[in-house]
Amino acid sequence: MSVARHTHLKALEAESIRILREVAAEFRNPVMLYSIGKDSAVMLHLAMKAFHPSKPPFPLLHVDTTWKFREMIAFRDETAKRLGLDLLVHVNEDGVKAGVTPFSHGSSAYTHVMKTEGLKQALDKWGFDAAFGGARRDEEKSRAKERIFSFRSASHAWDPKTQRPELWNLWNARVGPGESIRAFPLSNWTELDIWQYIAAEKIPIVPLYFAAERPVVERNGMLIMADDARLELAPGERIETRRIRFRTLGCWPLTGAIESDATTLPEIVREMLIARTSERQGRLIDHDEAGSMEKKKREGYF
Amino acid sequence: MNAVPDNLPGRDVAGLLAEQETKSLLKFLTCGSVDDGKSTLIGRLLYDAKQVFDDQFAAVARDSRRFGTVGEEVDLALLLDGLEAEREQGITIDVAHRYFTTAKRKFIVADTPGHEQYTRNMATGASTSDLAVILVDARAGLVTQTRRHAYIVSTLGIRHVVLAVNKIDLVDFSGERFEEISTAFAAFTRDFGFSSVQAIPVSARYGDNVSARSARIDWYDGPTLIEHLESVDVRSSTAAKPFRMSVQWVNRPNLDFRGFSGTIASGRIRPGEPIVVAKSGKTAKVARIVTYDGDLEEAEAGEAVTLTLDEEIDISRGDLLADPKARPTVDDGFVAKLVWMAEEPLTGGRALLVKCGAKTVAATVAAVRHDIDVESLAERPSRQLALNAVARVELRLAEAIAFDPYDEDRETGAFVLIDRLTNATVAAGMIEAGLGRATNVHRQATKVTREVRASQKGQRPKVVWFTGLSGAGKSTIADLTEQKLVAAGRHTYLLDGDNLRHALNRDLGFSDRDRAENIRRVAEVAKLMADAGLIVLVSFISPFRAERAAARATIGEADFVEVFVDTPLEVCEARDAKGLYARARAGEIANFTGLTSPYEPPERPDLRIEGARVDAEAAAEAVVAAILGASEDWSI
Repeated sequence: MSVARHTHLKALEAESIRILREVAAEFRNPVMLYSIGKDSAVMLHLAMKAFHPSKPPFPLLHVDTTWKFREMIAFRDETAKRLGLDLLVHVNEDGVKAGVTPFSHGSSAYTHVMKTEGLKQALDKWGFDAAFGGARRDEEKSRAKERIFSFRSASHAWDPKTQRPELWNLWNARVGPGESIRAFPLSNWTELDIWQYIAAEKIPIVPLYFAAERPVVERNGMLIMADDARLELAPGERIETRRIRFRTLGCWPLTGAIESDATTLPEIVREMLIARTSERQGRLIDHDEAGSMEKKKREGYF
Repeated sequence: MNAVPDNLPGRDVAGLLAEQETKSLLKFLTCGSVDDGKSTLIGRLLYDAKQVFDDQFAAVARDSRRFGTVGEEVDLALLLDGLEAEREQGITIDVAHRYFTTAKRKFIVADTPGHEQYTRNMATGASTSDLAVILVDARAGLVTQTRRHAYIVSTLGIRHVVLAVNKIDLVDFSGERFEEISTAFAAFTRDFGFSSVQAIPVSARYGDNVSARSARIDWYDGPTLIEHLESVDVRSSTAAKPFRMSVQWVNRPNLDFRGFSGTIASGRIRPGEPIVVAKSGKTAKVARIVTYDGDLEEAEAGEAVTLTLDEEIDISRGDLLADPKARPTVDDGFVAKLVWMAEEPLTGGRALLVKCGAKTVAATVAAVRHDIDVESLAERPSRQLALNAVARVELRLAEAIAFDPYDEDRETGAFVLIDRLTNATVAAGMIEAGLGRATNVHRQATKVTREVRASQKGQRPKVVWFTGLSGAGKSTIADLTEQKLVAAGRHTYLLDGDNLRHALNRDLGFSDRDRAENIRRVAEVAKLMADAGLIVLVSFISPFRAERAAARATIGEADFVEVFVDTPLEVCEARDAKGLYARARAGEIANFTGLTSPYEPPERPDLRIEGARVDAEAAAEAVVAAILGASEDWSI
């Protein structure tokens, strides 16, 4: 089953396919950042469509912080195998050796080292000149100003004040040595569009998005899932089993769950329609300082 | 972010999803000058459409105390200004895209800044929008910025405009003031080609006439802003236009499949229908319309597809596939309107790239025709263009590309200019027309080429053009020449006055104009025969230099041999084999060359034969030698 012609979703799909093809045609060595979440699932599905009957002419890259949910890693490996795609995994070993964890260094420093620095290392290691990301403009204010082809300097920095004007569907793909672009095929999708599309296209997603009984601890007003033995409990904290699910997936110590009974896609959509908080509310890293996302993006975060 | 349906708990979600799926989409932009309240207006639209989540509202409430400009109230504009510099300075620097939905439509809003130095961002927002909301401050009325924005919006092809007369509360809800502003706007934009202009008095800050009708503006009986945005019909008929698709990517998973992937720019296509590669003129029929979800029976503008063809023809990325019956222009130069977007001014000779569709080619601005004053719309001569300038320019390209005028097709007529050194996008362009004279004539490429035909005959085609007075001996020499060539195994044809004047050119007389047309037709026929691989002998008086020069240009310098049979008038008249001189002398023939009409002898013929001294046999030998000797690959 797929989305019917002449609908809003089909128009979004066509726009994304166009972006995917343009990058594949214009760049020497593109890669798709695959973060295993629902947006990545949609982006990957669109890539399968864009190049059919060919396989997507680029590998997938996962920057593994070593703190992802175990179910995410299993889903990642299974997906690459099912679709027959190359999967590259990079871990910032310097960060691991330095003992950088979300608990020891705080979310901000941890994210910088394990995600941002890890990503830059990976891009340099394989010499990628274009990287697809699943970010959407409706997620966050600084992302609303992001280009579809977003230029990055040789040091992977984003300068929001000197962005190239982007007209029609004529994306400027010219980069100098060492420079690159980040391309965002889902720029114009909203959270609802993503869920509607997953439902209509029956795209597999990580089971953590569906409600189930899971072990959690309540910390700073968030429900943190005890995904492995590395969770250290503070005095007064205790692990309890609750019926929870995730609206967004990241590193388990930094991703808040919501209590929910939604075990099917229509139930998820229903919950989202009555939600009064945005999906990134469950992401600690967006809130650790003012202008947080913009700062991370300038430094090279996706 | 999503509107909250009022009766959600009682409704089935599948039905709700279906309803969401059938909504139409409206892309619009907002523009206005600084402090007209654009960000506040969009913040209001999002807030009223229940698109603002609690955590986002809490963040804005917090930021309002720090950056806000409305005292103790929550500053809705802060929902939009995403960059730190913007929040600090209380201004919008860059285009931001917002998404909201109502019961009737989904909206994508491009919020574009009003600062003069950032006008390029407005052109950016306009390029992907179908409607523009232009804001004015009711106190200030129309300002330079308003006029500039209306002009740019119109130049970028937007046909639907809303004039939001904002801060109407600050002019005591004056209907007179509203009338004054909307009348001035209508007058200014009369020639902008807008198909709908709706003026609405609003207060973005307090929400009057944004989504709720204002009781304080009882003299206004038009739609609220949301009512208008939900109902305005902006559909254009791109699917009804001729088929166009720029090939983005050649899809070759294996040796058995060769497809051409792209998004259809306009028109529709079905398997079995013919397409032409605009630039090469090669045609084929569509075999399949391939998608991941299965083959389609038909695809139309906006759909991303992969086409396979019934035969292998040369197609690569950037080629424009088109309807063979309604082809685009193919030219290596065009006249276009430019919006210059770089800090450094455009000056002559700058190395640029044109990106049009999936095609990128080197280009230079050959001439700036004129700069356009966006206030008076006067066209001023100009040599260079500064940031935000709008101008009409001539561009020359390193190779020909296929395009349509922007007025006819917003996709195949648009381009961006990229600086080759800095890789910056420096201008947005809208094509008006090709520079070439033969703009609408399309070469008919065929698989059996001129070279193929010539090599099949083992010869190099030529056009040998005999000129000279009547009775000079042209036809006799040409006839002998042909006999000698055929004896040597060549393929020839002789064109002379007798076989053309009596048939193809029988509608022509002997006036200067008819003589010129006679020669033009002969030259074209000779060219076709040379294309067919023949050695063509043309025996015509062809008295005028200009006409012979035109024939030479038509046929091409390399293949043209001019033979001047130079026989004095007295000798010709003495021969008078056909009795024509006698009749002309008797006044029976008007415009007779040499007597009552001039003969302009060639200044530098390829071969000159003194017809009074050399006999025809020797002359023909000389002609054959001249033709065969002139070419290195003559020998059989």
